[in-house]
Amino acid sequence: MWYRILLNRLILAAVTLLGVAVVVFVLVRVVPGDPIAMMIAPGASEADIQDLRVRYGLDLPIVQQFTVWIKGILAGDFGKSFSLRQGVVGLVVGRVPATLELAGLALAIAMGLGVGIAVVATLARGRWLETLIDNVNGLVLAVPDFIWALVFVLVLGVLWPVLPISGRVDPRLDLDLASNFYLAEAFFTGQFKLVGHLLTHMIMPAVALALPLAAIIARVMKGALQEAMLQDYVVLARIKGFSRLRIVLQEAMRNAVVPVLSLTGVQFTFLVGGTVIVERIFSYPGIGNMAIDAVINRDLPLIQGLVLAFAIMFILINLAVDLITIVLNPRLRHG
Amino acid sequence: MVETVHAPSQGTFGRILREPRALFGGLFILFLIFCALSAPLIAPHDPLEQDLLLEKIPPVWQAGSDPAYLLGTDGLGRDLLSRLIHAARISLIVAFVAGILACLLGTTLGLLAGFYGRWVDTLISRLVDIWMSFPPVLLSILLVAVLGSGLHSVIVAIVVIDWTRFCRVVRTETLAQTKLEYVDSAVTLGMPRMRILFREILPNVFPVILVLLSLEMGIAVIVEAILSFVGLSVSTDTPTWGGMIAEGRQVIYQAWWVLVFPLAALFLTVLAFNQLGDGLRNALDPALRR
Repeated sequence: MWYRILLNRLILAAVTLLGVAVVVFVLVRVVPGDPIAMMIAPGASEADIQDLRVRYGLDLPIVQQFTVWIKGILAGDFGKSFSLRQGVVGLVVGRVPATLELAGLALAIAMGLGVGIAVVATLARGRWLETLIDNVNGLVLAVPDFIWALVFVLVLGVLWPVLPISGRVDPRLDLDLASNFYLAEAFFTGQFKLVGHLLTHMIMPAVALALPLAAIIARVMKGALQEAMLQDYVVLARIKGFSRLRIVLQEAMRNAVVPVLSLTGVQFTFLVGGTVIVERIFSYPGIGNMAIDAVINRDLPLIQGLVLAFAIMFILINLAVDLITIVLNPRLRHG
Repeated sequence: MVETVHAPSQGTFGRILREPRALFGGLFILFLIFCALSAPLIAPHDPLEQDLLLEKIPPVWQAGSDPAYLLGTDGLGRDLLSRLIHAARISLIVAFVAGILACLLGTTLGLLAGFYGRWVDTLISRLVDIWMSFPPVLLSILLVAVLGSGLHSVIVAIVVIDWTRFCRVVRTETLAQTKLEYVDSAVTLGMPRMRILFREILPNVFPVILVLLSLEMGIAVIVEAILSFVGLSVSTDTPTWGGMIAEGRQVIYQAWWVLVFPLAALFLTVLAFNQLGDGLRNALDPALRR
């Protein structure tokens, strides 16, 4: 049963990816305005322009361009970036770890914060604290990550300068790392001073990304917890004299985990989308920041590569959510 | 269950006025509209006039300020208050034009899908599903890359991405209305179907559309601000809140106020549209409260 669901999802993922690839290819080819014109100095000769068109394969008929393009992609060749004059794959792969680490940290913060707030609100049921939490939650939900990021830059970066406001690491620092997963590698090789340093750079963008998601998690989880608190087994536990905190954490939580997890999965893709602008604000070297530069420069090969990288991330997140749901749902697991 | 919703009447209007959030949101947006319309009259200075001798003057309550520049000046000596007032124009144009276009497109398709059902519904619903499986950020990156920067691209991007919000909800509401008795009666009376849809059903779905529209306008303001922040909206000659925020980000260590005022304006505007939407939801349709 479950493997059939999984197989279905895998096929769907492959179809989605192909769909994205086709959409990207078509959209980018109908661009009004010649991308070559943006690459060269004004006053270049007609022969130079033609030369470049041939080099980037833009002189071929569109169907042939597509077959060349798709063959290249299957062979892992996404072409060369117009603006950076380097292979797209290398550029994108070099940047992906930075975005993954930022999004992962933000997800962890959002879940911790959301669950914590929901538990406190459940314990404070009917008191002023619950009203306060609900109101703050509503405000947080109304404000997008773009505004949070700028407020943090202003307050914690400038007015009360405790955190750095740009980059991933201090450029003066001499890094001794083999991969681009700075945070993970530093952590697992025991360089905890570096971990702390990286976190000071990542914490503001991560929290800005996390806040809207934390508010949604808190709201849904609070609803699920309060519903569970009315169930017979919880009432029984209370009669037995267990503390309220213990009941919430041990009994009610079990009831709330599945709905919250499936919601988090869907919302996490929005968080990953948010990295584009938040990375920009903090000059953080991930693929989101790169995507904005690529759009500004109309660097078509790079845009294609980046959009596909994002699409792969979204598809993997959805697959992971499906897997977790199968694992947590006994009916699907044993069916 | 969805209850029968009556078209807004005098009583409804009173209920909106008694809803504090709708009142705050509505009044703030009216104030913005006033600022945008009368910008050349009320702005104390030309928003584009540069004077490098007057650069980075702090707001009046700070030492070293100039009473002629209430909120101070930016890195090029331009008056912040005047720029703030003029920039409200772009935000409101995008909010209203993009919001209403997305609303018209999504609502029309939603009404048709919900009312006619069968293959019309299948076709439109599938389209919405496929559309929504494409993450908005990717779609906007692609659209702006294809269309180039500018106000029209911003508006097109918002409409192309967000019409589904209206379509899904309007379809569900229309479907629920279609099952009610008054629609049966109208059919029995021999009323033309288009007339039933637009004269009978549409007014009953209208409150929901109004709530969605208000929320959508808030989203449109943010999207415009983000795109002008990264330089992909209108040209930099036209003041926009997003553009001002980007300029403020660059001189943040020397002049924090250049960033603070446009950021506050953006925050309040987004909040106002949100509060208006939530307030309308409470006032117009208790069944919608979730």
